[in-house]
Amino acid sequence: MPDDSREIILEARELTREFDGVKALDRFSFKLHRGEVLGLLGANGAGKTTAMNCLLGLTLPTGGDLFAFGLPLHQHRIAILQRANFSSAYTALPGNLLVGQNLLVFAKIYGVRDPKKKIAELMELLEISHLAKRVTGQLSAGESTRVNLVKAFLNDPELLMLDEPTASLDPDIADKVRKVVRKVQRERNIGILYTSHNMRDIEEVCDRVIFLHKGKIVCEGTPADLLARSSTNSLEDVFIKIARDGEIIDEPEKEAKP
Amino acid sequence: MNFQTISALVLRYLFLYTRTPMRMVELVFWPVVDLVVWGNVTVFIQKNTNPEFGSYVLFFLGGMILWDIMFRAQQGVAISFLEDVWTRNLLNIFVAPVRTIEYVSATFIVGLLRIAVTAIVLSLISWFGYSFNVFQLSWWLIPFFLNLMLFGWSLGMISTALILRWGQAAESLAWAIPFFFQPVVAVFYNVNDMPAWSQPIAWCFPPTYIFEGMREVMKTGSMNWNYLWYSAALNIVFMALAGWLFLWILNLTRKRGLLTKFATQ
Repeated sequence: MPDDSREIILEARELTREFDGVKALDRFSFKLHRGEVLGLLGANGAGKTTAMNCLLGLTLPTGGDLFAFGLPLHQHRIAILQRANFSSAYTALPGNLLVGQNLLVFAKIYGVRDPKKKIAELMELLEISHLAKRVTGQLSAGESTRVNLVKAFLNDPELLMLDEPTASLDPDIADKVRKVVRKVQRERNIGILYTSHNMRDIEEVCDRVIFLHKGKIVCEGTPADLLARSSTNSLEDVFIKIARDGEIIDEPEKEAKP
Repeated sequence: MNFQTISALVLRYLFLYTRTPMRMVELVFWPVVDLVVWGNVTVFIQKNTNPEFGSYVLFFLGGMILWDIMFRAQQGVAISFLEDVWTRNLLNIFVAPVRTIEYVSATFIVGLLRIAVTAIVLSLISWFGYSFNVFQLSWWLIPFFLNLMLFGWSLGMISTALILRWGQAAESLAWAIPFFFQPVVAVFYNVNDMPAWSQPIAWCFPPTYIFEGMREVMKTGSMNWNYLWYSAALNIVFMALAGWLFLWILNLTRKRGLLTKFATQ
């Protein structure tokens, strides 16, 4: 379990988001500590993307509060985004620019000192130095993911949000991506919010996991804890069970009551 | 406002133009086609009418060049935004520390650069091909350009706001919106020659004063300063309204959760 004495770098309090009367997020609360990787899991429509969008300031919540680095997110959005970054399998850098050009633009946006050196270091770390002069739109999915990760690490973020970073990658590249994410995260003590449908990702990368179902947290704990508490053999089975039945295998609210 | 952020965003557009020469062609091709058509019509009329009327029709070329300045300014803003939509880069920008004013300012600068390229090319062709020297407007050119650019930027923000609200289905507005105004801002004819009912409408838009002023300068060598003041004052109103509309719709898309859908579609 996480060391609760660590600084809280991201916190949602009773976060609620309704779309046409349907609650995509229902009083969703969590804390992410510095140096912790928190997995946000759930079936399609469970509320992960809505949560991520609220946390990124792309969607305004209809209720609740969000804080990053102790600051209210909507009032200090720019200051917070300066210390954070994001990568998603569903966004792309402009495909008609060279990889090096795209990264240079984002390095300048984030105010990186000596951007060329920083880009070279990160590309070497992700083993993609040879891609600098390639056209971004011609990269394979694995190459593109690693270029997106270079962009995500450019400003040495203290908070990183990764939305299905290994989606559509082959097992070899997915393994490399997981290892690099974990390595950089440990070296730099980054707090990461991680969504994925790949349970191997979750087991290898996440310190703690939150399962969402219909916008509500249905269970929370380390991957090993969840597995031990469930009647299933794998985290994937836990995922399937919750997705189909919304079954709560852990009831923290009841346990908390005297 | 962070100028480094703005320069980074402008750099991105410059990379885009250098990486895709077809965009440079688009920037020059259509204005040149317009100029050649209007230039040839002007020459035809000059040869087949009396000399006094012949010199009068040079207004067509002046109107066409100044119209293109406004159109390019609008395109600079709207197309820059669409570039981010087409390349699925919008989300990366919105989750980066980029203020709305920095993003919009970068698109304004791109609009300015597009104008510079178009104006230079058109001025040279009209001078060498049709003996029309746009610099006969002398120093008046500067306030003319500035006012038309401001109105182009306002239209660019309005187009962008509508695309944000209605998604890529509204993309054609990026090209169409300036042409909604073309009939009423007296680009090629005097306001007095328009139907009486439409004349008060024409005077509601800043470009009308500029096109009227251009014709006056070409005819008499001077211009009523009030044209410039009215145009500038109306531009301030239009910029404020367009900025308000853009921010209001951006906020609305955030409230309704449309921004991510739009950015990843």
